[in-house]
Formats: sequence, C-alpha cells, structure tokens
Amino acid sequence: MNGILIENLNVWFSEGHDRVDAVNGANFEVPAGGSFGLVGESGSGKSTILRALTGMVKTWSGRMEMLGRELGPTRDRSFYRAVQMVFQDPYGSLHPRHSVDRVISETLQLHGFSDIDNRVSGLLEDVGLGPEFRFRYPHQISGGQRQRVSIARALASEPEILLLDEPTSALDVSVQAEILNLLTDLRKQRKLTYLMVTHDLTVVSHLCTDIAVMQLGKIVEILSVEDMRAHKTSHPYTSHLLNSSLGRRREATEAG
Amino acid sequence: MSNLLDVENLWIKFPTRSGVCEAVRGISFSLGRERLGIVGESGSGKSVTGRAILRLIRPPGTVEADRIDLEGRDILRIPELEMREVRGQGISMIMQDPKFSLNPVMRVGDQISEAYLLHADTSRAQAYARSIEMLEAVSIRGPERVYTMYPHEVSGGMGQRIMIAMMLIPDPKILIADEPTSSLDVSVRMQVLEIMDRLVRERGMGLIFISHDLHLVSRFCDRVLIMYGGKILESCRADKLHEARHPYTRGLLNSLPRLEAPRDRLDVLNRDPAWLDQPSVSGML
Repeated sequence: MNGILIENLNVWFSEGHDRVDAVNGANFEVPAGGSFGLVGESGSGKSTILRALTGMVKTWSGRMEMLGRELGPTRDRSFYRAVQMVFQDPYGSLHPRHSVDRVISETLQLHGFSDIDNRVSGLLEDVGLGPEFRFRYPHQISGGQRQRVSIARALASEPEILLLDEPTSALDVSVQAEILNLLTDLRKQRKLTYLMVTHDLTVVSHLCTDIAVMQLGKIVEILSVEDMRAHKTSHPYTSHLLNSSLGRRREATEAG
Repeated sequence: MSNLLDVENLWIKFPTRSGVCEAVRGISFSLGRERLGIVGESGSGKSVTGRAILRLIRPPGTVEADRIDLEGRDILRIPELEMREVRGQGISMIMQDPKFSLNPVMRVGDQISEAYLLHADTSRAQAYARSIEMLEAVSIRGPERVYTMYPHEVSGGMGQRIMIAMMLIPDPKILIADEPTSSLDVSVRMQVLEIMDRLVRERGMGLIFISHDLHLVSRFCDRVLIMYGGKILESCRADKLHEARHPYTRGLLNSLPRLEAPRDRLDVLNRDPAWLDQPSVSGML
C-alpha cells in the first residue's frame, strides 16, 4: 500500500491575471513506512505540496492519495487522525497561553480519546520530556523542548503519516541532533511514514531514503540518498544544490 | 600597531529581576586584516559581543572592558557624537535579517546613498553614482531599477546584498557580519559569501563573522573563536577546526549530520557544567 501518492499535482493561487502556479505537474510516491524528502529553495513550492495534502489550499488539480484513499476537496476527521504535521517554528506553533498539558489533551479530546491523563504522560515520555514539563507554558521551556511538545501533539492522534515542515531549521545544531534522533527512533517504534520538507540537504539525507528536488514549482529530479551521496545526479540543479551545501564552489573559485 | 581591533576583558551584563545576567564574561580577542569567525549556540554571547563593539547595547544593559581599541584608539570611552563617526566609517555591521533591518518605507537606493552622504562630503548626484556602483559590486543586475525598489519588493538574498552594499559604501575598516546568511537558501548563501569575501579581500578589511554554522565558518574564515556561556572556550585556525580539542567543539562537530558520512544516530552534546567555570581562552593574535 502506498503511504502517499501524488500524480500530476498542480497548485495555484489567485485567478486570471494574478494567477501564480506554485506547483506544476508534481509526481511522486512514498511507500507506507518510508521517509521521503522534498528539497528546494524558498518559493520552489515544497511547502505548498504539504498545504495541498492537508487541505489548507483548495485550488489544486490532479490526484492525491493517502493510505490508499483518494483525497477529495475536503478532509474528514479520520484523515486528520492518520495524518499530522510538525511545523517549522516551535515558537509560533504553540499557543502562548496554553500549558503543555492543555495543548496535548485538547488534541486528544478532539480525536475522542478517553484515558487522556495517561496518554498525556505517555506521550511526553515518548518524546523525552519528564513529568515536570507537563504544566509548563511555552515561554518556560527551550526551543528544542517546544519542538518536542509539537511532536508529542502530532503523535497524540496516533497518526500513520507525519508531515515535517523544516522541523529543525530554527534550532541550534546540538538540539537539532537530539530532535533528528528522536524522529528516527519514533519512526522505528511507531512505523511512521515521513514526508519532510527542508532546504538542508544534510538533514534530509540523514532522515530520508529518497529525495525529490524542486525548482520553481517543478520536481526536477527524484533520487535516492545513496545516489546523491555518490553524486549520481542527472539534473544540473541537483548538483548545484549539492555543491553549494558541500561548499565546493568556494574551493573551486579559490583554486581557479 | 598592526591590529585593527583589540578587545580586552569584555563583560556584558543585563540586570534582571532574578539577579544580574552575565551575557559575556571577560573575553579578550583581537582582529587583524583577517576573517575572524565567532561560533556558538544561541545564548552564548556572540551577537551581543558584536553589538557591544559598536556600543549598541541599550541600558539597562552595561558593557565593561579594560579596553576596546580601534587602531589604538579606545572607542569605549569616546563621546557618543564621535562614536557616530566610528559607526559606518570605522566599523559597520550586517544584521541577520534584511527584512527587519531595512527601512520599509524608504527606497533601498536612498538608504544606500544616505549611508554614503552621512560619511562623505559629497553631492547627491555623486552619492547616486556611488550607490549604483556599489549595487553592481554586490552582483545585482539592473541596479538602476533596484535602486527605486522598496524592501518588500526584493527577495531575501537581494535584501541581504543590499545590506552589504549599504554597509560597505562608507568603506569601513572593520565589518561585523551577524549571521549574514542564515536566513538565505544554500545556493544564494554561497553567492553572498563570495561577494563578501571578495570585497573584504580587495579592500583589506577586517571581518568578524558571527555564525552558528561550524562548517561554514571553517570554510570561510581564517581564525575561529568558539564561545559558550559568555566565554571563549577555544581559539584555533579555521582550517584546523576539525582537529579542535575542546569537548564542546568536538561535541558540536559530531552532532552535525554529514552528507558523506551517514550514521544511524547523531551524537548528542553532553554539557559539562565545569566548562562554565573555566577561564576564558584569549583570542589575541
């Protein structure tokens, strides 16, 4: 069964003269239990694909399937139970006046769970936060701890797919390592499917097995991480990205 | 006196309700005509160090130092009016985010000319010509068109290049760049770095490059200071960063995912409270 299947997806904003085609004919699939990365510069349309999948953008055409079910114009509760998202900015994605306990228990209530008390402490434990964090507010915890809370909230509905929108780009490198390790462990334990959006090739190569490279709304290349490590790229933009993140250009200019 | 900048025993303190917060605790370093990198995590005191050199720490924050000498002249104790001359002509600073550091209601070209007019005794026409030249120098195509644009009309990479043009037009002796590329995409990042690198080398400036990206700093700079908890833990040559000895530096390096060396798990940094009590390493030349 496919985790995520996208065929000839187009997403646009506004109509007529102002129309902007954010995604053009995107195709890719992620097997259930797989981890797939979307890379590209800002404005390349990678986050827009996530927004179309979750139903936050209505203007799209093409075919999208998740867990074997075709997606229509609306999403029902069972969809949101199976698919959850972790956002980029841990400072903006938690309600400043809700405690950690309230953030997570509210999600549990919405999805109709009964043993909320046990589940909240279980979830906090899963993401490596002690019970002392349960009644704190976002301003009382660090960025990495906030991102752990966001992950706990995403896991609350026991999803099968996690959409990760640059989950570590706002964090320090040492904290980034902790969060990446946590995501790796969780995927193993819960057999999750990851679709990750990032501009950092090193992060994507750590967490994902396959990568789609996007430029100006189009997927220019889909390749495995092994191929990328071996520089077996077919599109010049991919090699350009690869070289910039390895810093080859500077060495080249200095030598020449 | 060959050093451009000498900082000795710098302390930066902020009083809070729960006692005094010491953001920087007695660091000393100097800068020659080189590219000096300062790396550290958030809260390590690297950005306030940059701001303190320009005397941009606002009260109630206090800055104390034995001396901050710009080419032998102590800029810590000169009056504010003289300090204004130093800012821009002596030392200028590129801020992290062009979106928040450019004036949103002023054309970008006018902001660049303003920087030039303030420091050079010249006409508006000449300032315009210099600004166009400067925009060309930072690889902006169609500088006449960009001159008339407002900050919201330019992209992040372009905004950052405009900031660089603005900071370089008074021809400063020292450039402080506070995370100049962390809000940019990888491919634009290299472009902006190349421009900065070229200008710094051509003009013989001293550059203080503040960043949290170890790999970037080790490629781009000549010398690196590693800061933690308001102190300099280690000072080394940038190309020797990968042989760094301090457990903190090693921990930071090992916590980075690497493209060419995949691992199942990344090493997590174990912080030793003793690091905070160690004396600061001198970053003097």
